[in-house]
Amino acid sequence: MIHSLFLVNASGDIFLEKHWKSVVSRSVCDYFFEAQERATEPENVPPVIPTPHHYLISVLRHRIYFVAVIQSEVPPLFVIEFLHRVVDTFQDYFGVCTEAAIKDNVVVVYELLEEMLDNGFPLATESNILKELIKPPTILRTMVNTITGSTNVGEQLPTGQLSVVPWRRTGVKYTNNEAYFDVVEEIDAIIDKSGSTITAEIQGVIDACVKLTGMPDLTLSFMNPRLLDDVSFHPCVRFKRWEAERILSFIPPDGNFRLLSYHVSSQNLVAIPVYVKHNITFREGSSQGRFDLTLGPKQTMGKAVESVLVSSQLPRGVLNANLNPSQGTYTFDPVTKLLSWDVGKINPQKLPSLKGTMSLQAGASKPDENPTINIQFKIQQMAISGLKVNRLDMYGEKYKPFKGIKYMTKAGKFQRCVWIAGSDRYYTNRASLIIVTS
Amino acid sequence: MSASSAFNDEKGGSSSVGEPEYGHDPASGGIFSSDYKRHDDLKEMLDSNKDSLKLEAMKRIVAMIARGKNASDLFPAVVKNVACKNIEVKKLVYVYLVRYAEEQQDLALLSISTFQRGLKDPNQLIRASALRVLSSIRVTIIVPIMMLAIKEAASDMSPYVRKTAAHAIPKLYSLDPEQKDQLIEVIEKLLADKTTLVAGSVVMAFEEVCPERIDLIHKNYRKLCNLLIDVEEWGQVVIINMLTRYARTQFLNPNINESLLEEGGGGEKTFYGSDEDEDEDEEEKEKKAEVAAMAKRKPYVMDPDHRLLLRNTKPLLQSRNAAVVMAVAQLYFHLAPKAEVGVIAKALVRLLRSHSEVQYVVLQNVATMTIKRRGMFEPYLKSFYIRSTDPTQIKVLKLEVLTNLANETNISTILREFQTYIKSMDKDFVAATIQAIGRCATNIGEVRDTCLNGLVQLLSNRDELVVAESVVVIKKLLQMQPEKHSDIIKHMAKLTDNIQVPMARASILWLIGEYCEHVPKIAPDVLRKMAKSFTNEEDIVKLQIINLAAKLYLTNSKQTKLLTQYVLNLAKYDQNYDIRDRARFIRQLIVPTEKSGALSKYAKKLFLALKPAPVLESPFKDRDHFQLGSLSHLLNAKAGGYQELPDWPEAAPDPSVRNVEVPEWTKCSSREKRKEKKVEKPFYSDSEGESGPTESADSESDSASGSESGSGSEESGSGSESEESEEGSESEEEEEEEEEKDKKKKKKELKKPVPETESEQSSEEEDRKIKRKSKQRKSDSESESDEDEESESESSQSESEDSESEIEVKKKKKTAEMKPPSKPVKKETKKEKKEMSLLDLDDFEPAPSPQVTPVNTFLSNSLVTDLEGLSLSDSVLSPATIAPSSVLKNYELLHRITGEGLSVEYCFSRQPFSPDANMVAVQMQFTNSATSDTKNLHMEDVKLQSGMRVKEFPEIELLSAGETAMAVMGIDFCDSTQAANFQLCTHTRKFFVSIQPPVGELMRPIFLTENEFKKEQGQLMGMNEITEKLTLDAKCRNEHAIVQRVTTAANLSRVPCGSDKECRFAGRTVTSSSLVLVTVATKEEGAAQLTVNCEKMVIGTMLVKDILLALTQ
Repeated sequence: MIHSLFLVNASGDIFLEKHWKSVVSRSVCDYFFEAQERATEPENVPPVIPTPHHYLISVLRHRIYFVAVIQSEVPPLFVIEFLHRVVDTFQDYFGVCTEAAIKDNVVVVYELLEEMLDNGFPLATESNILKELIKPPTILRTMVNTITGSTNVGEQLPTGQLSVVPWRRTGVKYTNNEAYFDVVEEIDAIIDKSGSTITAEIQGVIDACVKLTGMPDLTLSFMNPRLLDDVSFHPCVRFKRWEAERILSFIPPDGNFRLLSYHVSSQNLVAIPVYVKHNITFREGSSQGRFDLTLGPKQTMGKAVESVLVSSQLPRGVLNANLNPSQGTYTFDPVTKLLSWDVGKINPQKLPSLKGTMSLQAGASKPDENPTINIQFKIQQMAISGLKVNRLDMYGEKYKPFKGIKYMTKAGKFQRCVWIAGSDRYYTNRASLIIVTS
Repeated sequence: MSASSAFNDEKGGSSSVGEPEYGHDPASGGIFSSDYKRHDDLKEMLDSNKDSLKLEAMKRIVAMIARGKNASDLFPAVVKNVACKNIEVKKLVYVYLVRYAEEQQDLALLSISTFQRGLKDPNQLIRASALRVLSSIRVTIIVPIMMLAIKEAASDMSPYVRKTAAHAIPKLYSLDPEQKDQLIEVIEKLLADKTTLVAGSVVMAFEEVCPERIDLIHKNYRKLCNLLIDVEEWGQVVIINMLTRYARTQFLNPNINESLLEEGGGGEKTFYGSDEDEDEDEEEKEKKAEVAAMAKRKPYVMDPDHRLLLRNTKPLLQSRNAAVVMAVAQLYFHLAPKAEVGVIAKALVRLLRSHSEVQYVVLQNVATMTIKRRGMFEPYLKSFYIRSTDPTQIKVLKLEVLTNLANETNISTILREFQTYIKSMDKDFVAATIQAIGRCATNIGEVRDTCLNGLVQLLSNRDELVVAESVVVIKKLLQMQPEKHSDIIKHMAKLTDNIQVPMARASILWLIGEYCEHVPKIAPDVLRKMAKSFTNEEDIVKLQIINLAAKLYLTNSKQTKLLTQYVLNLAKYDQNYDIRDRARFIRQLIVPTEKSGALSKYAKKLFLALKPAPVLESPFKDRDHFQLGSLSHLLNAKAGGYQELPDWPEAAPDPSVRNVEVPEWTKCSSREKRKEKKVEKPFYSDSEGESGPTESADSESDSASGSESGSGSEESGSGSESEESEEGSESEEEEEEEEEKDKKKKKKELKKPVPETESEQSSEEEDRKIKRKSKQRKSDSESESDEDEESESESSQSESEDSESEIEVKKKKKTAEMKPPSKPVKKETKKEKKEMSLLDLDDFEPAPSPQVTPVNTFLSNSLVTDLEGLSLSDSVLSPATIAPSSVLKNYELLHRITGEGLSVEYCFSRQPFSPDANMVAVQMQFTNSATSDTKNLHMEDVKLQSGMRVKEFPEIELLSAGETAMAVMGIDFCDSTQAANFQLCTHTRKFFVSIQPPVGELMRPIFLTENEFKKEQGQLMGMNEITEKLTLDAKCRNEHAIVQRVTTAANLSRVPCGSDKECRFAGRTVTSSSLVLVTVATKEEGAAQLTVNCEKMVIGTMLVKDILLALTQ
């Protein structure tokens, strides 16, 4: 399946290669570089590139291209999904997945890749198993290893590999037993010129950090499970139980993992927690344009809207912007024409606004492209869908764990179509809406 | 620290001069002393006695390999360390070996003996890693050694080693394809492996080595389906893809009737119509066609195995792994009946939230799907709306999907959305949008004019690209109905002054030329302008100018003769030979000269022929002949190693190949068995002369139970052990069964003639069968002793057994009426044997032999008790069927005082609630003890937990003083004991009331035979089983009392039971139809044991409490 893997950095250098079958010359990547050159944006490189003898399947994460070389038919998603899993594993091991981190840990990386694929077919991809095979590097361990000459390679076959619960290792011990669950929700919305919602959907995940001794069997139930329209689970979740009772029953992996991700469909009315009032006009013949933007909270159930960040791609005709924010700071990049305004927290008493003028290219006609506006924000302690965890129970172990549930809401992709005064065209604002609840 | 410092050293060194590169060449290596020294250094470290130094050296070498530097000259120094004790050094040496062994084959051989030793190591990890490295070293000389190692590992105790063996198979195959036959044997063996760990890897090996040997799958098909959910995610992808292909060869097209309707006989008829001259032939063909049509008309019944596959893959749509979801989606797309394909849409839409690479692949597949099954994705239209943050390639794909989804009803929404896209700053995307609008306009006639108008407006857009693209699209649209749109053509003619994009200019010129009659005044003027700028135009524009000139010359030679001459003269001396050629050709054709031949007469016809409008097609049309989700589909070209998705077979191949009961390797025996199977069925399924469909329907229910066992194992995660033990006992059971059968058959022959139609055949068959069976028995025992580990496809076995036993039960009932049964041979209850704890699965241990025996006795015991049941059945069945109406308990809903004279009582009538089978019927009795009449008695404001539903009772209009009335309402409690709250309203008052069901009322009785009961109970072990010891109430020590109390407490029915020490009850919960099984086993002195098996643990626990209470008080 996967023949070789090349890691390419942003400047187009191959800084790591690994082969699982016969060695494939790195010149195969030239086809990739060609495609990279053709693409205007880094993310526009096609994920699958056919070459005369091979196929290159790549993913872009953390500004590193992971290029897998394939020789024969294989489901492309299989490879893509695997590459993402590799990145996740690196991130898990080294905290970050950057070129420097990979170079610094090149031996661990190699050992990991060796375990993850055998003859190009995935072998061990569960992070719990891998951690038993290869201990993640920590400063203490590297010190100890240097002194004692011991290794960071496990000597035993990971128990998970053979047990019924392959995602959990046995013999887990903690002095403080804790289980934390973060309910994080994202809103994706498209709003038309008049402020009415075209589409809005909520995507949520429940990320868990479980540090419990032994083999705990957890059940998590919701107050309103019917809200969840479409769900996908970590393999540990017992699907039948969910089908029958809408209860999440699972033996958790050790450490951090994503328990489930869900979708709340647009059928349920999604309340948009923020509104934007805007007035962006260009006058024909004048080299000036007016810019006026006001933000306000909406349906936040008394929770503060925080970390608000507005960004907008202004038309190419705009030379500069001279704006005056009522709070926060703004920057305008005259090259990329990207305006970004770091608003911070929205005070409902005094709504933040950004007003001023834009100077246009002299003599140029009125821009007819539409500025797009992205909004990022967080709202603490609110789940926008109204999802509530009812209770968390533990079976199978005697001790009493500490349990914590945190709700978060974030903005996903948020889009607006706005009527421009003096113009008879639509323009689209795309904004990201992030709400965080605890 | 050491690792990083080592790497930094290395990096520092290489960045200065890139020294290691010189290491390639031994000659140059000598010259650059520093480099020479460096490698010397490493060699020294490798030769030292200290592990830490070796480790350090190996780490540096691995870092070199990682950066693609050549480290091959260190081979001799490294290979020495292959036997190093330090496990990390060892691993890194392995890494090095695998990388360079191919280049240095002779030296690599030095390491082989170490691996061979490793293969015998008691530690499974070492065995596995030795095999991994040994098989990864691509040295042809060791092929025989590898072969041997693989064979050995394939029957290793540890499933992890067996998995490694499966991985090694394709490695060896790629090294030496001549080993194929031997490898297939190993694959066959591993396919029979029943651990989930091995399943994915061996199917992978199967796909790489022998994907054409689909026959190897037959016996393992059901097992694979049932194990699927427990296999690791990567294995799932491979297995699902393989099973898709398998199903295409083995089952009938589930959409066969629809495709018949769609395609109709039309195609066939015209085909036959064409060869009328061969009358005979035609008649024959017609006959055939008729026969085929007849066959098609026969109602399609899905093969139970087909259903099994669909059912067992469906939960995987919820997988977190996009590849798994996609695999299931393509399986459904290719295999499921049309009505069921819809389920995949939601999951695929979910994937659109993933990484952009995943989106890219998913959208490609969705685009193909939308062409075939548009309706599937229509509800999700908005999910394909484009966001400015999407990468261009994603935008274009989404556009494609939106275009495919467009129809009369949603086109206005889509067009509005498109309008916003045109304003985008991403020009490629804008161009694609305009193309999409064009396609919508051609596909949907209603909006053609709107689209055209919109596009014409775009012509005044400031962006030239937009205008150009619009022109191209408009040209295509105009071709469909040119006469209506001469003003648009005029408008476009004006554009030639401004527009510079060659393609657009060419399009305009072509349009004017083509429809010059519609614009007779403008056309010559355009030509005049063009002639002026001819020399500065691009080639495609020049060609079109020549074309235009020629067309005008033919229609309006008066005005344009000179112009044409001029243009042709210019073209004559053009740099481009195409243009020169074209000019020469056209001049000959249109300008009549003496030399010009007959062709010029037809010049008008040649140039002004009616041109058919172009069809704007999706590039994804017809891509679905590639298996969706595959690389080939994505590239729309066959990739190496792509396995063609076969067409559905005309007639289904024999389905019985999948119910092999014993591993038989010879063809002849399997054929024999197949025959036997065929005879068996009609024989056993007495009375109803069974035909095709019913038969398969019958077996469908079997397979359902089979899959239940599979999914049950998923739930508890301990399935395979019980399967294993079951399996171990299977052959023995069979023997017992046979004996029994023989007995019965004799009985039958003596006492009761078997149904007339089949009697002859059956008696004959019997004899034959007995013989055959005994043969088989021999082979059974042989195979068992041979291969302890050898697994059979257990699910299929249990299934076929089920069907047998079911039929047996039927028969038993019959015979029971006829004659008294024989006495039981032995009796014993070893039920405890089946209780296995949830997590102690250790699937790699061979089934220990002592375990087999007790299970065996248990199973055979059940058969014996079955026999006994024959005698009891009459008496036992009766109490079960008694409707315990006398014991219905009344509850008070509204007291006389609070109700101001109105009192309401209710009871759970235990009757099926006819309007909705999922509701519990609640019978209410209203008594009006007040002095005045009560009117308009009805309910209001029902407050329910989510999921619960209520069917209100009909309003009682008048309840006179002192009278009573009855009403029935239905409540769906969703299998919970949550109360249903509502208001009871009269014409004057409202009362808040609530109905809370005792758990025993949430179920309805079902009839099970003892066999079924035991089987079901076997599947509800572990967490689903609750056992409680109790002391029976003094008044309740006889069977009758127990039955009465239990049936009062819970709406269950009695299951016939051979033993008088045990009472069994069965029911299903009303909403979810989960089984509820209750067993009360009595012992001495009123001691008893209560066992409740129920999938729903909450219900089980509550039920135990209630029944305990009922029995002890």
